[in-house]
Amino acid sequence: MTLNSNIPEGPLEEKWTSHKFNTKLVAPQNRRKFEVIIVGTGLAGGSAAATLGEMGYNVKVFCFQDSPRRAHSIAAQGGINAAKNYKNDGDSVHRLFYDTIKGGDYRAREANVHRLAEISVQIIDQCVSQGVPFAREYGGLLDNRSFGGAQVSRTFYARGQTGQQLLLGAYQALERQIDAGSVKMYARHEMLDLVTENGRAVGIITRDLVSGQIERHSAHAVVLATGGYGNVFYLSTNAKGSNVTAAWRAHKKGAYFANPCYTQIHPTCIPVSGDYQSKLTLMSESLRNDGRIWVPKDKNDKRAPDQIPEADRDYYLERIYPSFANLVPRDVASRAAKRMVDDGYGVGSLKNGVHLDFKTALHRLGRNVIEQRYGNLFDMYANISGEDPYTQPMRIYPAVHYTMGGLWVDYNLMSNLPGLFVLGEANFSDHGANRMGASALMQGLADGYFVLPTTIAGELANHLNQPAPSTDSAAFVEAEAGVREQINRLLTPRGTRSVDPFHKELGHLCWDYCGMARNKAGLETAIKEIDTLRQEFWSDVRVLGNGESLNQSLEKAGRVADFLELGQLMCQDALHREESCGGHFREEHQTPDGEAQRDDENFAYAAAWEYNGAGKSATLHKEELVFENVHLAQRSYK
Amino acid sequence: MSLNLLLKVWRQNGPNDEGRFETYSPNDIDEDMSFLEMLDVVNEDLIAQNKEPIAFDHDCREGICGSCGVVINGVPHGPKKMTTTCQLHMRNFKSGDTITVEPWRSTSFPVIKDLVVDRSAFDAIIQAGGHIAAPTGAARDGNEILIPKPVADQAFEAAACIGCGACVAACPNGAGQLFTAAKLAHLNLLPQGQPERWSRTVAMVDTMEEYFGSCTNYAECEAACPKGISIDFIAKMNRDYLKAKFKDKRSTTKIDTSEAGG
Repeated sequence: MTLNSNIPEGPLEEKWTSHKFNTKLVAPQNRRKFEVIIVGTGLAGGSAAATLGEMGYNVKVFCFQDSPRRAHSIAAQGGINAAKNYKNDGDSVHRLFYDTIKGGDYRAREANVHRLAEISVQIIDQCVSQGVPFAREYGGLLDNRSFGGAQVSRTFYARGQTGQQLLLGAYQALERQIDAGSVKMYARHEMLDLVTENGRAVGIITRDLVSGQIERHSAHAVVLATGGYGNVFYLSTNAKGSNVTAAWRAHKKGAYFANPCYTQIHPTCIPVSGDYQSKLTLMSESLRNDGRIWVPKDKNDKRAPDQIPEADRDYYLERIYPSFANLVPRDVASRAAKRMVDDGYGVGSLKNGVHLDFKTALHRLGRNVIEQRYGNLFDMYANISGEDPYTQPMRIYPAVHYTMGGLWVDYNLMSNLPGLFVLGEANFSDHGANRMGASALMQGLADGYFVLPTTIAGELANHLNQPAPSTDSAAFVEAEAGVREQINRLLTPRGTRSVDPFHKELGHLCWDYCGMARNKAGLETAIKEIDTLRQEFWSDVRVLGNGESLNQSLEKAGRVADFLELGQLMCQDALHREESCGGHFREEHQTPDGEAQRDDENFAYAAAWEYNGAGKSATLHKEELVFENVHLAQRSYK
Repeated sequence: MSLNLLLKVWRQNGPNDEGRFETYSPNDIDEDMSFLEMLDVVNEDLIAQNKEPIAFDHDCREGICGSCGVVINGVPHGPKKMTTTCQLHMRNFKSGDTITVEPWRSTSFPVIKDLVVDRSAFDAIIQAGGHIAAPTGAARDGNEILIPKPVADQAFEAAACIGCGACVAACPNGAGQLFTAAKLAHLNLLPQGQPERWSRTVAMVDTMEEYFGSCTNYAECEAACPKGISIDFIAKMNRDYLKAKFKDKRSTTKIDTSEAGG
């Protein structure tokens, strides 16, 4: 099967505008004839559901949490980018486009990224009109701050809780549609399979997590907005429930999974404190605006951090990257921290972190300003670490945070399966090999508020006056039987190990061999060991209880089963990509000074993988990336 | 430092089960663990003994999603102020402590299983009016609406509510005032929220009263709130509700425009 990205013709700046005109419409009176399923209620799914509901479509929305307001977008701290140029500092749509392409290490589609930059300005307007309480200047205007990877101030924020406020905006718009009757909400429901008929997505199978009931839902289109797969590493900044199950089950039904090896390690997280650790906590990247990162020059320095004089500190980012300094992109900052710790310069009792120090900023701005900007983050840090960041530097270390890979989609955000759309972090489309800070919120809302509502009409219009597919068809019966069988298989072994130990072991394998740095031998080892682990899981997992009531172990087991398959694909993708780019760093491919070495001649493509069965090598399909508007160069932040 | 504890945990198989306390004695609990990580350890022990683990809601484990929340020694989210259960660390306890763990206690939040409750009444209040009608695409430039910083800041303080339900669990009357008032303050303070201010207030308060008890100013809600939402917002809600009731009836009810137009 050839992959058609369906990028519109014409100059870059006009593609989206002309595409909107050329895409078929569904007239208002016809919209109520269409059923649309949306899975996930984060920024992408929540905003899409609200908007499609407003437009008059019949929407069913599913989330595994007890309320759509709890989706993990809520935890995003720092901000959302938009090319408003309110600061008059030379920003523009083109500059945001360029920064995002460059930040993604030239592995994203130009046309998608330009559309994202164009839409960014509308998102801010939309959110303001909904009442999102963005930070304001004293004159009443919107405030901005700068963020990693950019030399302009284009980030809008609501203290350290931007994701929360944007999500509540989308959630409230969604609840308004639920009240109006255009959207039906299914909370505490998990999608366990995609149903396809003749290669087309026609519905989903869900499990009601409270009653255990297995249900069939059909629609004219299915939209997955189910987030990323960072929890394959067990420890990540993702919520505990974040999972790849919906996307993975769609993959097993034929949807291609693209660039799974592009995973983002966030440079500023609180280091691990013990093996009971259940998740990692991010300290917003915005802290790098005012915090300075350093390690002692002497790796055996035993003094308390505040006793180490300036002359004995190595502000290594400022030293190596003078022009971006502490604001280099995430992948660059993360690898630099890893090198310091690997070389023995780590700080803290486990020597597993580097310092993020606010002394200079506290002196320059005063405690009040720092509290205003970062108060909640400082409190969170103090709470978790038991240390006071106002009087001693924070300790930070990189952690898995975001996944750029995801289901392959074309320009319309439709997967290779007609009728299946994928939004937000769940797709692969806009961030290339590395996502810029404050761009995840932008993409989620761009996809949900503005892109999908246009492009889904183009697909639905082909099915006008066709009823939603019957849920009695062989495809639905078969899919439901498959789901029931899998649940039984998980409950049957009553083996010797619970789910978490399997998940932890998978996480260790992925972190050790497919984390911040990767090499051929390690990846080959990981593929073998994950395969063995998966087989042990299915024969030896202990899931107690039954499938007919709330059973959190059973939920976890189903998700870990999918992570075990995904982990293998992630390693296969990382093994095949014989270059370094963005978040994918192959030790064999680096410049003499240790930076990522791309191979544009051989790898300027998106790798879309086709499923061949658990443990079987997947089949590669390539979408060549064509760069007509930017010149491919080695990224330099020096 | 590690702790040895005596844990009394509420176990209830389902909504119709009577429920009872069960006692566990976790040992060697690291003081750097979060409360939920301590429960993880207890659960792993239970599974090892072929006993079903304790069900509890949790997700982000960084204090923002509002999923978690249990009553610890009679206090929602436990002894530390301004802290969700997931952000409560075991260094706040001493070795030898007895800790009682219960679900939110409120008839408005029925128990689903063990420590998991149904908080969908909160969503019903937001459905009733906790929004600004701003369909996608119609917005004007964000900077055309000037919002003085103190107003934006106050709206933010109210909007910081995470919807966990601790306020209801803490209230002797099981009132939902703090949650409702916080959302009303967020939207009613902002210029964008003015057109629907009065209808929103009436709709949300009336829905709240269908589900929750009445407020008699115990202020336990404010003390339990992990985000420090102020009860001053309740006073503001009451003022707005009174004003709305005095206003022209036509502006307090939704006007059906679905049949209008040509």
